[in-house]
Amino acid sequence: MRRDIILAGVGGQGLLALAAVLGQAARGLGLHLKQAEVHGMAQRGGVVQSHVRFGDRPVHSDLVREGTADLVLALEPMEALRYLPYLKLDGALVSDTRPVRNIPEYPDVDRILAELRVITPHRLVDAAALAEQAGSPQASNLVVLGAGLPFLGLPVEALEDGIRAAFAGKAEAVVAANLRGFKLGVEWTQVPS
Amino acid sequence: MATQLLLGDEALAQGAIDAGLSAAYAYPGTPSTEITEHILRSPEARAGEIVCRWAANEKTALEAALGASYAGKRAMASMKHVGLNVAADPFVNAAISGAHGGLLVNVADDPSMHSSQNEQDSRLYAELALVPCFEPSDQQEAYAVPARAFELSETYRVPVLVRLTTRLAHSRATVEVGGQRPQNPLSRPEQPERFILLPAIAKRSYERLVGHQPDFVRESEASPFNRLSQDGDRALGIVACGIAYNYLLEVTDGAPRHPVLKVGQYPLPARDVEWLVEHCGRILILEEGYPYVEGKLRGLPPRSAPAIHGRLTGDVPRTGELSPDIVAAALGLSALARRAASSVPAPRPPAFCPGCPHADTCKVLAEVLVSRRDSARVFSDIGCYTLGALPPHGVIDTCVEMGASITMAHGASEAGLRPAVALIGDSTFTHSGMTGLLDCVNANADVTVIIVDNLTVAMTGGQRSAAENRLVSICRGLGVDEAHIRVIEPHPRNHKQNVAVLDQEIQYPGTSVIIAQRECIQTAKRSARRGARGGQE
Repeated sequence: MRRDIILAGVGGQGLLALAAVLGQAARGLGLHLKQAEVHGMAQRGGVVQSHVRFGDRPVHSDLVREGTADLVLALEPMEALRYLPYLKLDGALVSDTRPVRNIPEYPDVDRILAELRVITPHRLVDAAALAEQAGSPQASNLVVLGAGLPFLGLPVEALEDGIRAAFAGKAEAVVAANLRGFKLGVEWTQVPS
Repeated sequence: MATQLLLGDEALAQGAIDAGLSAAYAYPGTPSTEITEHILRSPEARAGEIVCRWAANEKTALEAALGASYAGKRAMASMKHVGLNVAADPFVNAAISGAHGGLLVNVADDPSMHSSQNEQDSRLYAELALVPCFEPSDQQEAYAVPARAFELSETYRVPVLVRLTTRLAHSRATVEVGGQRPQNPLSRPEQPERFILLPAIAKRSYERLVGHQPDFVRESEASPFNRLSQDGDRALGIVACGIAYNYLLEVTDGAPRHPVLKVGQYPLPARDVEWLVEHCGRILILEEGYPYVEGKLRGLPPRSAPAIHGRLTGDVPRTGELSPDIVAAALGLSALARRAASSVPAPRPPAFCPGCPHADTCKVLAEVLVSRRDSARVFSDIGCYTLGALPPHGVIDTCVEMGASITMAHGASEAGLRPAVALIGDSTFTHSGMTGLLDCVNANADVTVIIVDNLTVAMTGGQRSAAENRLVSICRGLGVDEAHIRVIEPHPRNHKQNVAVLDQEIQYPGTSVIIAQRECIQTAKRSARRGARGGQE
């Protein structure tokens, strides 16, 4: 098996935490893994992206080739749209629907969502709303990850172990909130909308 | 063997720890910062067995590492590519004096300038200093390099450069780690006079360094980081340096159809290069950064056969980092079917964080300069505040390199361009701004220096600033008139009085300093969280 995933979002959304979760989950299963990320100015509200690649054979390149990603998983809809050229033609798209409008001329959100809905399969989730309902507003990034479960190629238990490993050293309440957020996303994605 | 999930930066750091590292000095800079952060977090550093410190700048870092090497210890200095410009003096001269304990200079290059102002290639610095250079292709090699590089450094008594590029520095993989070599004991260098670079001694040392050049080539030929595969169709031969080797394997499913020379240690393994040139119809060079290997193979004037292809011929783009898609195109492989890019997404440049004190300082500057916009210039520097160049602020006119704000303002003011304002961060000021301020004081230049003091190195993730809460006394010590050292708190509630202070100091026809001090919003949040949790984070 092999998965090539593009993670996309905006600085401060917790995107690199998702990369760490996937990395720890794949490592826990003894899979080969490479996970590249662009940090640097990420903290300051710019674009953040990560390439996550794992499988049972060695992974050579740290970067995903265009047209080969199995999944684009985004924490922001415009960022999802930005990386579609990486997606293979039958690859999946999972994105939070809530825009981060930290630029003066943010495009029409409906147009963005319309372009995203063309992708089959796709899952567009209002993760913040779900996370707030569950009392874990900080965990909306994990909600999106949970919503992507059908396309991640990893079992739920491995991902939960990945969450525990990635947040090891954080307060127990933080780990629990993240596990809860992930579970919300998983439940959401399993109910046909 | 244990495994760890490590960034390329971290793998290099762990490799150094396991190879008997005693001392690590660095100045933070993307994409090199995580090398030193990994060591700082290590049990060895926490227990005080390894000395690991952020230095005032890359030059002082490398000199401290050289001192530890003089004392017989294995030591290293880490920096981003432009940091080696700052440390070039000790780097080139440490090659003459030589090392005693193994000495590594770890440099992370940033092709495509993700977080940098140029894409200079540190391999050229290794050649300038006449020392060996390693360029690991993946995280496992990044872990393995320090052990061999330290040995090479001690065998030939030279500093050794280790080059990473952004994608390896900032990509994680599972790395097999294990075995720990003990640290070197304290010892005196043999021929200690070689560290006194008086011309008579330096001449002998330089002869010795030049004499070792063929040895370095032989070491490269025997290196496990260089590998020649003679298999396949000899119509084409490929040289793949560093991470380019992975991209090559990626696009050929791990089995290139042509002979390949993988390069991970310089100077180039001459014997392998000669074999490739003699046996292959054409040669394709895949390398991150400058067309360095390509230029060497091409020679001057260009030889007729075999043809050399690479960045100079347009087979690979002349600028920017490599990618598997670029390597595939250079090999003539057809592009994969993909969706067209959407025209809808707008660029999303980085911006000041909500509540950032720099944004308040920029607003003060904008208001004071609005009536003087024809003549006033703001010379700025490297740091978060450089974002003051972007809308809605647009208040800075220059950003060139570390420290250039004060010195450029000095020169522009003396050329007649006034008011000349310098805008520089606290850490950039102690890195390279203090000497420029001394120049201003000595000339009594009409310059207004604003030190935006957020009490941290914010851009690289919040490392400790070198002169926390000592900026006033530093400026006083450099000779700035006490009456013209002003401390303000950049905050919306203080806007009016801050405008008044800046206005007064711009009108003062000498050197004045305004220290705009308020903690970075990110580090303030972090320390508030840490406080709430009893320091567990």
